[in-house]
Amino acid sequence: MASIADRLQALIPADRVLDSPEDLSVYAFDGTATLHELPGCVVMVNTAAEVSQVLTLASELGIPVVTRGSGTGLAGGSVPVAGCIVLCLVNMNRILEVDVENLTMTVEPGVITKNVAAAAAEAGLFYPPDPGSIKISTIGGNVANNSGGLRGLKYGVTRDYVMALEVVLADGRILETGTKCVKDVAGFSMRDLFIGSEGSLGVITRIILKLIPPPASKATLLGLFDSITAAAETIAAIIRNRIIPCTLEFLDRVTVGCVEDYAQIGLPRDVEAVTLMEVDGHAAAVEEEAQKIEAIAGECGAREVRRARSTAEAEQLASARRIAFSSLARLAPTVILEDITVPRSELPRMMEHIQQVAVRYNVRIGTFGHMGDGNLHPTFLTDERDVEEMERVERAMTEVFEIAVTMGGTITGEHGVGLAKKRFLPNALGPVGMASTRALKATFDPQGILNPGKIFDPH
Amino acid sequence: MNTHKEGYADQTAAASGSPLQGLDYSVVQQCMHCGLCLPTCPTYALTLRERSSPRGRIAMMRAIADGRIETTRQFGEEMYFCLGCLACQTACPAGVDYAMLFESARDEVERSGVLATPLRSWIRRALLNRLFTSRRRLHCLARVLRLYQRTGLQRLVRALGFVRLAPGVLSELEPLTPIISNEFTGEIWERMRSANPRAPKRRVGLIAGCVQDVAFADVNEDTILVLQENGCEVVIPNAQECCGSLHAHNGEVEWARELARRNIDAFTEAGELDAIVINAGGCGSHLRHYDQLLADDERYAKLAIEWSARVKDIHELLVEIGFRTPRSIPGPKRRVAYHDSCHLLHGQGVADAPRQVLARIPNLDVVELVEADWCCGSAGIYNITQPEMSKRLLDRKMGHIEATGAEVVATGNPGCCIQIAHGARRSPSCSVEAVVHPVSLLADAYHREGEMTS
Repeated sequence: MASIADRLQALIPADRVLDSPEDLSVYAFDGTATLHELPGCVVMVNTAAEVSQVLTLASELGIPVVTRGSGTGLAGGSVPVAGCIVLCLVNMNRILEVDVENLTMTVEPGVITKNVAAAAAEAGLFYPPDPGSIKISTIGGNVANNSGGLRGLKYGVTRDYVMALEVVLADGRILETGTKCVKDVAGFSMRDLFIGSEGSLGVITRIILKLIPPPASKATLLGLFDSITAAAETIAAIIRNRIIPCTLEFLDRVTVGCVEDYAQIGLPRDVEAVTLMEVDGHAAAVEEEAQKIEAIAGECGAREVRRARSTAEAEQLASARRIAFSSLARLAPTVILEDITVPRSELPRMMEHIQQVAVRYNVRIGTFGHMGDGNLHPTFLTDERDVEEMERVERAMTEVFEIAVTMGGTITGEHGVGLAKKRFLPNALGPVGMASTRALKATFDPQGILNPGKIFDPH
Repeated sequence: MNTHKEGYADQTAAASGSPLQGLDYSVVQQCMHCGLCLPTCPTYALTLRERSSPRGRIAMMRAIADGRIETTRQFGEEMYFCLGCLACQTACPAGVDYAMLFESARDEVERSGVLATPLRSWIRRALLNRLFTSRRRLHCLARVLRLYQRTGLQRLVRALGFVRLAPGVLSELEPLTPIISNEFTGEIWERMRSANPRAPKRRVGLIAGCVQDVAFADVNEDTILVLQENGCEVVIPNAQECCGSLHAHNGEVEWARELARRNIDAFTEAGELDAIVINAGGCGSHLRHYDQLLADDERYAKLAIEWSARVKDIHELLVEIGFRTPRSIPGPKRRVAYHDSCHLLHGQGVADAPRQVLARIPNLDVVELVEADWCCGSAGIYNITQPEMSKRLLDRKMGHIEATGAEVVATGNPGCCIQIAHGARRSPSCSVEAVVHPVSLLADAYHREGEMTS
C-alpha cells in the first residue's frame, strides 16, 4: 500500500511533502513544554485548493490532520497526533488587500502577526491584538486560538477584529462566512464558531480583519512595588477610577530578574512586583490619565513610578514584557506556563492563593500576566526528568485551576485548551457545556479527523 | 544564569563516540522551543522549514543525543546549511548557548563521516589540519598568492577564462580571494614597535589573526597606530597562531583546543597584559570562549579563564579607555553605513562601541543601515561551501546598502569586508567605493590631522 506521503505527493509537489525522520522530528512539538509526538508526514500547502485536496484525501483515508502555523502555541494545540498529517500553512503568507475605505485587511493565515500590524500602520491604521509571540505567531494561529495579548483590556482580543473567514471543512468543501459589513445577521454567526476552535472544526485559509484608527498619543509608565498586594491594589484602583488603560501588565520578582538578565534595560531586581501601564488616546486625555495613574500608584504604596521618555523606551519595556515566559527558562529546564483568568476584583486573592500553593507543594512559580484583564500566567519552573517534582507540579497546577474556576474565572484566558488543559475543561464547562461542544464537533467533523484529542477526548 | 562552562563533551567521552551524546544535557534542554528565534534566522526566513530553523536544528541535535534519530547525511547537510551567525542566540530569552551546540553538532557530523568524500576530506585536511595550523605555512602560501596577484598572472588567468574551467569550488573561490598585503603584520610591527609610548597607560597584546595577518595587515597597522595614539603599549607575540575558530566551527574541536593552548602560551610569554585585543569579529567571538573550550584541560583551564576575561574587541577597548576624538578638518563629509559582523554583534554582544567610534570621527556622515544585524552571507567559509544561499544573503545586504547611498561601508570583520566588497564590485550602480574597518577610518582621521599640523 502506498504511504500517506506517496498519496500526498500525487496532489502536492514532492518537495513540499516531508517525511524524513529528520523532518518529522522537528514538527513533533510546538511551544508547549514536555509534549512531543511524531507525525506521519508534513505537508506545506500554498493555496486553499491544496488544503481542500489534502482534507479530501484525509477524509477518504480517515487520517488525522493537525493544522500548524509557526508552532508557537502554548497548550499543545498544534502538537501532532501520532501518525497524522501536519498541515503547515506558513507558505500562505500574503497580505491580499488593505481596504482603507472599509477599514479592513484581507490576509492569508500564514502572515506573521507583526506584519499584519505593520501593514496596518503603513496605511495609517491600527491592528490592536498583540500576543506575546507577535514577532513570529501567524494570524491564522491567532484566529484559531482567539489569541489575546497586552492590549486586551481596552481593545479586546483577536475575535473582536475578525470580520470574515474562508474555512476548508473536514470533507474538503470550502465555506465562506462573514462579510466586510459591520452589520451582518444573515443566519448563524458561523465565523465565531471557528474563532478559537483550535483547528478542530475546519482549516482557516483566508481572514478579513477589522482595522481601527490608531490612537493619537500614548504614555507608558512603569510602577515599582515592594509588595504584590500593593501592585494588585493599584490595578484595581485604576479601573475603579474609570480609567481603562490599553495595557496593565504585571511581573513578579522572579520574572523581573529573568527578564533583566536577558534584556538588560535597567529593571530593578529588588522589587516584589513591576507593573507596566500604558494609556493611549487624545494627547490631553493621555496626559491627564497618566498623572492620575501616578497619583493612584503612589497612594497604593508604589515605591516609584517611572515614565518612558521616548517611544523607543516604551517599546523596549513592552518587548521586555513579551519575552517574560521564555526568559524564565533561564531558571529551569522545563517551564510550564498556565493561563488562568479571574474576574478583576478577585486578582489580589488569586495572587495570594498562587503564593500559598507554591509553598504548600514546594514548587517554584514565577508569575506575570495581564493584570488589567484578570489574565495571569503562573509559570511552574521544574525539570521534566524529575518525576517526583513533576507530580507535585501537576497537583499544584490542578489546585490553581480549581481555585480560578471557583472564583468565577476560567482555566485559560488566551492560550487555548489543546492537550495541556483538556483534563480541566469538564470542570470549567460543566456537563451541558461539554455535551454541546461535542455535538458541534460532530456536526462539522463527523469522522473526527481534525486535530482529534485536542480540547477534549473523542469518545 | 547557567553559563555552561563545562558544557562541551569532555574530551574522553567525545573521543569515544558522539559529541552530541557526550554534551551536558542541560545545554540542549535549555531550548524550550518557544520559536522566538525563528524570525531572526536567515535560513528559516528563506525556506520556512523547521529543520532550517534554530529550534529545529536543536531538536534534531536533541533527538540524536536521545538516540531517537541517527546522525545522517541530511542532518550533516543541515548543520552546514546553518550560517552559524548566532542571530538566534541574541534573540533567545532563555539563554541557549547555540554556539556550543552548533560546534558540537559539526564535530558530530565530522566524526560520523556522513558527509565525507575523498575530495572533501583532502580539502579539509589541507586547510584545517595543515594550512591554518601553521602561521609559517600560511605565510608561504600568501607569498605565492601575492606573486600571482602582482605579476599580472591573475589578470591573465581571469581574461582567458581559466577560472571558469576550474572545478566548482575553485571558480567560486577565486573572486573572493583577498588581495594579499604588501607587508605582513610581523614586518609592519618591526617598523612600528619603536613608536610605543614611553609611559603607557595600558599594555595591550594584539592578536594578528591569520587572514587578517596576511590580507588585511593594513587593518592591523591601523589598530597598532590607534592604540599607540591613545597611550597603549602594543605587544604582538610572534609565536601566536590562528585563533582556531575555523576549526571549532568546522568540526575540528581538538585542533581548536591545540591552537588555543599555543596562543595562551604565546601571550603568557609576553608578560603582564591589561588586555588582549582583537579586531576581527569572528576571531573575537571564539577567543572569548577559550575558557569553555579548555574547561576540562587540567593544565590550561585556569589560564583559559584568565585569558577569556582579558580578550576585548578593539572598539570596546577604545571606548573603555576614552579614545581621543580626532580634530575636524575642512573638506566634504563621507557617508558611511555600518554593518554588524555577526560574531561581533551576536557572538560578543558588541553593538554600540563601533557606532560610538564612528560617531566621533569627524567628516563622516554615519547612516543606520536597515537590517544591519542580518548576516551578509560570508559566515566564515559559507560563501564557498553554500554559494547559492550566500549570494541571496549578499543580494539582500547590497540592496539595503545601496538604499543608503553610502560611499563607505564600515564593518569589523575581514570576512564581511571581502563579501561586501565582492557585492559592490558586482553591481555597477553601487555607490560604495570602499569597505573598511572602523579602526581604519579612525586611523585615517589621526593621519589627516597630522598632515594638517605638519
